[in-house]
Amino acid sequence: MIALLLRDLRLAVRAGGGFGLGLAFFLIVTVLIPFGVGPETGLLSRIAPGILWIGALLACLLSLDRIFALDWEDGSLDLLATAPLPMEGIVTIKALAHWITTGLPLVLAAPALGVLLSLPPSGYLWVLVSLALGTPALSVIGTFGAALTVGLKRGGLLLSILVLPLYVPTLIFGAEVARRGAEGLAVQTPLLMLAGISFGTLALLPFASAAVLRINLR
Amino acid sequence: MSIWEYANPVKFIRTTDRILPWVSVAAVLCLVTGLVWGYFFTPDDYRQGATVKIIYLHVPSALMAINAWIMMLVASLIWIIRRHHVSALAARAAAPVGATFTIIALATGALWGQPMWGTWWAWDPRLTSFLILFLFYLGYMALWSAIENDDTAADLTSILCLVGSVFALLSRYAVLFWNQGLHQGASLSMDKEENVADVFWYPLLVCIAGFVLLFVALVFLRTQTEIRARRSRALLAREGRT
Amino acid sequence: MNLTVRDLAVARGGVPVLEALSFTLAPGRALVLRGPNGSGKTTLLRTIAGLQPAFEGEIEGAGERIAYAAHSDGLKSMLSVTENLRFWAQVFAQTDIEPALDAFDLRGLEERMAGTLSAGQKRRLGLARLMVTGRPVWVLDEPTVSLDTASVARFAEAVRRHLAEGGSALLATHIDLGLGEAQVLDVTPFKAAPRVSLEDEAFL
Repeated sequence: MIALLLRDLRLAVRAGGGFGLGLAFFLIVTVLIPFGVGPETGLLSRIAPGILWIGALLACLLSLDRIFALDWEDGSLDLLATAPLPMEGIVTIKALAHWITTGLPLVLAAPALGVLLSLPPSGYLWVLVSLALGTPALSVIGTFGAALTVGLKRGGLLLSILVLPLYVPTLIFGAEVARRGAEGLAVQTPLLMLAGISFGTLALLPFASAAVLRINLR
Repeated sequence: MSIWEYANPVKFIRTTDRILPWVSVAAVLCLVTGLVWGYFFTPDDYRQGATVKIIYLHVPSALMAINAWIMMLVASLIWIIRRHHVSALAARAAAPVGATFTIIALATGALWGQPMWGTWWAWDPRLTSFLILFLFYLGYMALWSAIENDDTAADLTSILCLVGSVFALLSRYAVLFWNQGLHQGASLSMDKEENVADVFWYPLLVCIAGFVLLFVALVFLRTQTEIRARRSRALLAREGRT
Repeated sequence: MNLTVRDLAVARGGVPVLEALSFTLAPGRALVLRGPNGSGKTTLLRTIAGLQPAFEGEIEGAGERIAYAAHSDGLKSMLSVTENLRFWAQVFAQTDIEPALDAFDLRGLEERMAGTLSAGQKRRLGLARLMVTGRPVWVLDEPTVSLDTASVARFAEAVRRHLAEGGSALLATHIDLGLGEAQVLDVTPFKAAPRVSLEDEAFL
């Protein structure tokens, strides 16, 4: 399993842009929003936590179809399925690799982009914490969607339609933590809910992802 | 005799063929009675005026929007556990009906909200929850239509329905937490004190019965169509023409 | 332990393509499947490899004993030859990739990216993967596609060595590998009669 993780990470680095693409997309979304809503600092700083969350979510979504598609095309997914690894392990590793290559860079970049949006100083910590806690859930849920649509032609759009409604609870609690943090309010309740969603999906959803992947491979 | 006998497609068609006319007639009767009674023979509400009468469309459709999803969830579970084809096809048949009820609930809600709250739409928890429910219906139907193999599609959509139900419930709580809303409390509850007045309540009950019957009739009809489509494919396969 | 198939029927897209198929593959033996295109050889091999459920009948001694190689090699073009091999070795909890490199003449290519290899070289790398699985039953689908004569001979040699070590091989191939000891099974007579699945039958 470690071998699979290392291989996926190595491929992401070598394929040039595995790390970079999502990050660049995040940057562009964040830059575009002020063009859309106007440069007024007060407004921007008020909506900054939400923008950062939405930007991270979309950047995450962008790279989901690559989780299984490449392995499906070159036949490695079939070979992995006959290997002595449990399917649940494979999907968990895939989600983890996706998080390390996409989620983690987004988390680390968010404070820098917060500067562009005049995020209040009290918000930096909570944006960072909420994204660090929430993006793993985005990766795990996205892996489920990717497993559902693997092998479908033009599965990309379908993948977004399937995954976005599933992202609602994570987005609401994550953005709420960031917003409350930025406004200096108590964050305990949404933070606990966000943690609950992250750990809950991490514990349970790989079983569903493995089941749909098995169905799709047969 | 076990209830699972009706999971045989042929038996299902035969039985529903007998029931369907009665259910359809009963649905039309209930709807006409309930709506006419509700619109013409109830007094205007002292605060809401005549706009209150949209309740006879709004409440039953909202109720059925949720119940249709629950029915799909049960049917999906039956498919996963017992692998009865009728069950999977019934879930598939119910989805567009449920989605339509959701749209009706949202649209009538908007029409009601405009004079009452002065806005067509508010990000109120209930309204938002229904919008999210609608997105779930969309995803479910999109997945069904994207997959060619019937059994694979049934398997995948069933699992999506299970996972989706959990997330729909989570979304409901998330949305409640996110914004406390304008929407009035539940129109119906077992607690008599909280309820709407009897004069509105009886025609509403008739309307609800009508919507339930309408849903049953539509799902029967659509499931029959799905079964027949599947049957024609099976006939082609038997002749080796796939 | 034998690989035993009893009264097996396999289906493609829910429609049976082969039926009433029975054979036993003992350690040290090879079985070559023949049959025209579309006769269901690939479906049969996928079923035995455990990628899809059997339509009817039983398969014994498969599962964790199978090393499967299909038309596509599962190679990553951005990884080098040794990285590709080492990855699969690690997945199958093996360590030694040297014999596989020797057997398929991949010396001198170790550091090349798999994406820069020729089709035949890629195929050799894909077949070398079998040797690092450490599994006794090789299930191979058209293994000699894009191999030249010398490479085919080298591959036959690798199969022969695998058999001598007590392994067995099930191959779908059209060319004569010169495996004198191999049995040949033509799947044409086992073509399934046009029929529908038990599940579809309920609809009729």
